[in-house]
Amino acid sequence: MSLLSVSGLTVSFPTSDGVVNAVRGLSFDVEPGKTLGIVGETGSGKSVTALSLLGLNPGADISGSAVFEGRELLTMRPDDIRRIRGAEIAMIFQDPLSSLHPYYRVGWQISEAIRAHVRVSRGEAMQQAIELLRLVSIPQPERRVQSFPHELSGGMRQRAMIAMALALRPKLLIADEPTTALDATVQAQLMELLSGMQRELGMAMIVITHDLGLVATVADSVLVMYAGRGAEGTDYRTIFTSPHHPYTRGLLASIPGATGSGGRLVPIVGQPPSLIHPPSGCAFHPRCPFAMDVCVHEQPLPAPVDGGETHWSACWLPHNAVGVGADADAIRTRYVSSRRGPAALRLRGVAAEETGAGRRAGG
Amino acid sequence: MAERSPFAPPPPGEQKQLAHQPSGETLLRIEHVVKHFPIRRGIFFKRQIGSVQAVEDVSLEVRRGETLGLVGETGCGKSTLARCITRLHPLTSGRVVFDGVDISRLSPGQMRPYRRRMQMIFQDPYGSLNPRRRVGSIIGDPLSIHHVASGPERTRRVQELMEIVGLNPEHYNRFPSEFSGGQRQRIGVARALALHPSLVVCDEPVSALDVSVQAQIINLLEDLQGELGLTYVFIAHDLGVVEHVSDRVAVMYLGKVVELAETAELFGSPRHPYTAALLSASMIADPERARSSHRVVLHGDVPSPINPPTGCRFHTRCPKAQAICSAEEPPLQVQAGDPSGHLTACHFPVLRGETLVASTPEFHPAAGGFAAAAPDTGVEGGG
Repeated sequence: MSLLSVSGLTVSFPTSDGVVNAVRGLSFDVEPGKTLGIVGETGSGKSVTALSLLGLNPGADISGSAVFEGRELLTMRPDDIRRIRGAEIAMIFQDPLSSLHPYYRVGWQISEAIRAHVRVSRGEAMQQAIELLRLVSIPQPERRVQSFPHELSGGMRQRAMIAMALALRPKLLIADEPTTALDATVQAQLMELLSGMQRELGMAMIVITHDLGLVATVADSVLVMYAGRGAEGTDYRTIFTSPHHPYTRGLLASIPGATGSGGRLVPIVGQPPSLIHPPSGCAFHPRCPFAMDVCVHEQPLPAPVDGGETHWSACWLPHNAVGVGADADAIRTRYVSSRRGPAALRLRGVAAEETGAGRRAGG
Repeated sequence: MAERSPFAPPPPGEQKQLAHQPSGETLLRIEHVVKHFPIRRGIFFKRQIGSVQAVEDVSLEVRRGETLGLVGETGCGKSTLARCITRLHPLTSGRVVFDGVDISRLSPGQMRPYRRRMQMIFQDPYGSLNPRRRVGSIIGDPLSIHHVASGPERTRRVQELMEIVGLNPEHYNRFPSEFSGGQRQRIGVARALALHPSLVVCDEPVSALDVSVQAQIINLLEDLQGELGLTYVFIAHDLGVVEHVSDRVAVMYLGKVVELAETAELFGSPRHPYTAALLSASMIADPERARSSHRVVLHGDVPSPINPPTGCRFHTRCPKAQAICSAEEPPLQVQAGDPSGHLTACHFPVLRGETLVASTPEFHPAAGGFAAAAPDTGVEGGG
């Protein structure tokens, strides 16, 4: 049974410019002890999803369901969710400097997190904080508990955040861009640490990131998000070898270094869409090289891709057109050419002009 | 054309002739550049109590038409070096020779003609554009400042530049806030190109952008290099990006260049243990390689540049460190018997095929008694 099962999650924010539809009917499962990587670009709704699960999105209109160990999180009373948040589901954020309180000492902040959930004395909680800092490989933890956040380096602060998140041995850890602000060598240290902790505590993780390299390294399964919806989901291998959704395909073609130096990158044309007025039909259609008329008018639903029971994709392309090779693209192109009516053709003309990328976008 | 895969790179015949054939001629030479920032204390009489040694004795050459990549982690001095090259910071000592002329001691007036020829593109497309000015006037600024064009001629030039970088020239009168991150970075590129520079220093030009947009800007920069014969100094912390764009790469650690080589050579067989660790730490978007490769995890943090370690600055974290490393600083040189011209500053460079092994964290009183810890953060095969 899944540890966390989210279905039809929809989150919107009323703003003065209009309603921002940040998440639009997202479903996914997290298995105990496994790592789910959620990948997407800025504004794809990945962080909003995480915050909504923990009731940290005041002012948002949330619907759908998120069942954690048989309990519905989305309709839970604030008191009840507070008991789960931090103790059973913990979260670490991207920016460790702004997520630690600058005025309080690190040890105090960790012990407070413990004392919020467990009845222990201040001294005991502080002792636990020291042990936790030792666990996350912070040197001289007895001294470091007395430090203020600004006295620690970026990597150390993120370690302190991890210590705080792990204090109550959560069953699920949500890491929102845990290493984005950090350098490569520090990132490697921390991911090593997190994987080690995960094995030891048997906890599940949701790693939210825009970095496909991180996903390739730590995830068991992957969910690709675009404009608030799930575009594709599968295991960590298939997403790189046999992606189905053209957005996933485009992301892979945009990464420098994956193919070595030399060759030219193939960017996705245009810009990520507005979430106030998302495009009709499939939200990716204005940027999609395979857009057909149906994509403009109708939203594709997640459907299984053949060759894998756990592989699904929300796309109108035939579900045998997988892969990154030229053959797969040829199947896609042949399929598309007969189904490209006036709407799609008009779209391609407009896309080249309107992306603002003009002739350089290579569209 | 209809049958060609939209994700395939253009076929060779069609691919724009990337005319960036480095001519081998030196455009920029920096010699023993040192940059210290003083730390002062006191209210009336400000005494200098120390200095941040941001860049320490760096010598480099940039050849006409090439892209020199500069990599290193936060605080290694790569951005300071970029600002020293463009004379945005005065040097503490050393020389910057641009096209045969030593520009490091020129007065602001004398410097002016050289400023036209070297431009910068900055990291933050939000912070580097004045939000209250229109895009047309931002891009046109260099033209007015250097009295190159004014009036309708200026407008024409600006619109031409916008066209070149892939912006719609009709958006001349818009404000930066009306553009997305990628488009703003295009504005920054247009501004840098306004005066037809020969050298463009790009300081993390794509770090703030999403992957799909990042690829657009990288392609743009490569096209422009081919068409306009630009020379780039390209700073980034993303090794994939640097590997993709650079002809040669210099690796910096704590204000020093520790390794310098042709891109394929450096990424294929890194010699300096720091480079090896850096390369192994980067997360590759390929699950098989990412999980099978041995990851060298360095201990601790980068030491403070106020009081850097003696000898080789990397010795406090180096898995191969020996006694000599803390006593004697290794020069940046070609290792004996190496035909590739691969420069390394290391007493015990990594050999071809050698795998760095787990280091026993040693106790270093000088570094604050640091590594008394963490047996589990050693080298681990990914698993």
